[in-house]
Amino acid sequence: MSSERSTDLAPQMKPGNIAALPETRRVVALRHPGRWASAVVVIGFLLWFANVLVTTEAFEWDVVSSYLFNPLVLNGVLQTLEMTAIVLVIGMVAGTIIAIMRLSPNVVLHSVAHFYQWFFRGTPPLVQLIFWFNLASVFPRFELTLFDHTFFSISTNTIMTPFVSALLGLGLPLSAYYSEIVRAGILAVDEGQWEAASAYALTPFQTLRHIVLPQAMRVIIPPTGNEAIGTLKFTSLATIVSFTELLHTVSTIYNTNFQTIPLLIVAALWYLFLTSVLSIGQYFLEQRFAKGSKRAVKQPLISKFWSNVLGQVKTA
Amino acid sequence: MTVMVSADRIRKSYGRLPVLNGVSLEIKAGEVCCLLGPSGAGKSTFLRCVNHLESVDGGQLIVDGEIIGYRERAGKLFEMRGQDIARQRASIGMVFQHFNLYPHMTAEQNVSLAQVAVHKKGKAEARFRSRELLERVGLGSKAGKYPRQLSGGEQQRVAIARALAISPKLILFDEPTSALDPELVGEVLETIRAVAAEGITMMVVTHEIGFAREVADRVVFMDGGVVVEQGPPSQVLDAPAHPRTRAFLERVL
Repeated sequence: MSSERSTDLAPQMKPGNIAALPETRRVVALRHPGRWASAVVVIGFLLWFANVLVTTEAFEWDVVSSYLFNPLVLNGVLQTLEMTAIVLVIGMVAGTIIAIMRLSPNVVLHSVAHFYQWFFRGTPPLVQLIFWFNLASVFPRFELTLFDHTFFSISTNTIMTPFVSALLGLGLPLSAYYSEIVRAGILAVDEGQWEAASAYALTPFQTLRHIVLPQAMRVIIPPTGNEAIGTLKFTSLATIVSFTELLHTVSTIYNTNFQTIPLLIVAALWYLFLTSVLSIGQYFLEQRFAKGSKRAVKQPLISKFWSNVLGQVKTA
Repeated sequence: MTVMVSADRIRKSYGRLPVLNGVSLEIKAGEVCCLLGPSGAGKSTFLRCVNHLESVDGGQLIVDGEIIGYRERAGKLFEMRGQDIARQRASIGMVFQHFNLYPHMTAEQNVSLAQVAVHKKGKAEARFRSRELLERVGLGSKAGKYPRQLSGGEQQRVAIARALAISPKLILFDEPTSALDPELVGEVLETIRAVAAEGITMMVVTHEIGFAREVADRVVFMDGGVVVEQGPPSQVLDAPAHPRTRAFLERVL
């Protein structure tokens, strides 16, 4: 095809000035010696680092591998995953409700949502977690009493298990953060979309469901991926209330056998594996909501994966 | 001929800035009415009052016998609830200056949405009608394209198909060609012309004097939030009675 074209063009080109130029002149692209030099330096560091990893005995890689699939550790991984999933659901559902309340023209709803964000975003999750766990010292029992008849009465400590206090301590701050993500996503949708939907008699709920949220999702998903990864890591805070998630499990083990570093490596490897799986999930979600977008061009999964995991943007 | 739209001394201001200072107008069923006038004259605001995208501060608007957006009780007008306004809007189509197509949906889904979500048609039926309408605006082959993959003119023709899909008794056009490249204006005007020929009542805010002359049954010239002059195009455009109309036409022609 291209050779045909060039023979077509050749007769037209010959009479012009081009014919007067020497027939072949080599084209040399700009060279980048700096790139080569920096790559060599970085590779040098990587080799040195790999050497340290392998030769430092304190890492005790054999201990790491013997505990990696230990049933107790696997149970910890499962608990961590379960906690992450429930906290994410709480955070996203409550966050979406708070976001819609903040966008409401009703001053009361708006202010309450604002206060909620201010409080739960402004106090550290660890403090909240410990607070919920110690709720019994504020309210020892939950009771419902009407006309001298007690319908139910339950000890706070029965409700506020380590699991529940961790759910609240992690879920509520997440919902406060997440509400801002959702609000940003909704605000990013062009106002003309609300107008068109309303001119075509869609109800506010239909407008959110069919028009606004699908478009907001494109803005919402990347920070959601961040929050999901953050939540997975923050579940390790629940170790403070003795919830048997991953970190708590490995610390129980190293408190008896004193193999602290190898067991922390076991935990770190599992956290890395789980966050990587979440990154891949994010990639597929983004593809799903990129419909109709100019940038819906598929980025190769592997490069997307690395850019998520390493946090660096790889270009082509 | 029955009256489709009747506006009686409509007033509207944004804060302290008055935009409509008593607009009165009557449009008969099947009429094509073009609203002309300098920018800031209140044409678009008035158009948006007709389907209650804007609330009014005074006066009343009746479309097909019903007061739009308000209910009369004990001599007062009470603003309607959302679902009642939605019921009124369900038979009024609207075409926007910036198209406002749903970018995450294909052309066909854009045309189908209100049919399914509001008019409770079956998906297959809506799909069939959407194809038919896209065919009619000359985009039969683009049904599966997303708005971003279409030219401005094509997007606006999809928007016109979307308006037709709800079988409207009235279509409002808010400067439908103002956001288009000059070479794309023709195809959109051609499509609007074809719709006009079918006898649907239309209100068109436009700057295309030639189009108004050719298609409009009535031309309304607005300035300063009031109707300055109205009548058939031959009268308003060729022999304007009011000096403001004359001055405007001299500037744009």
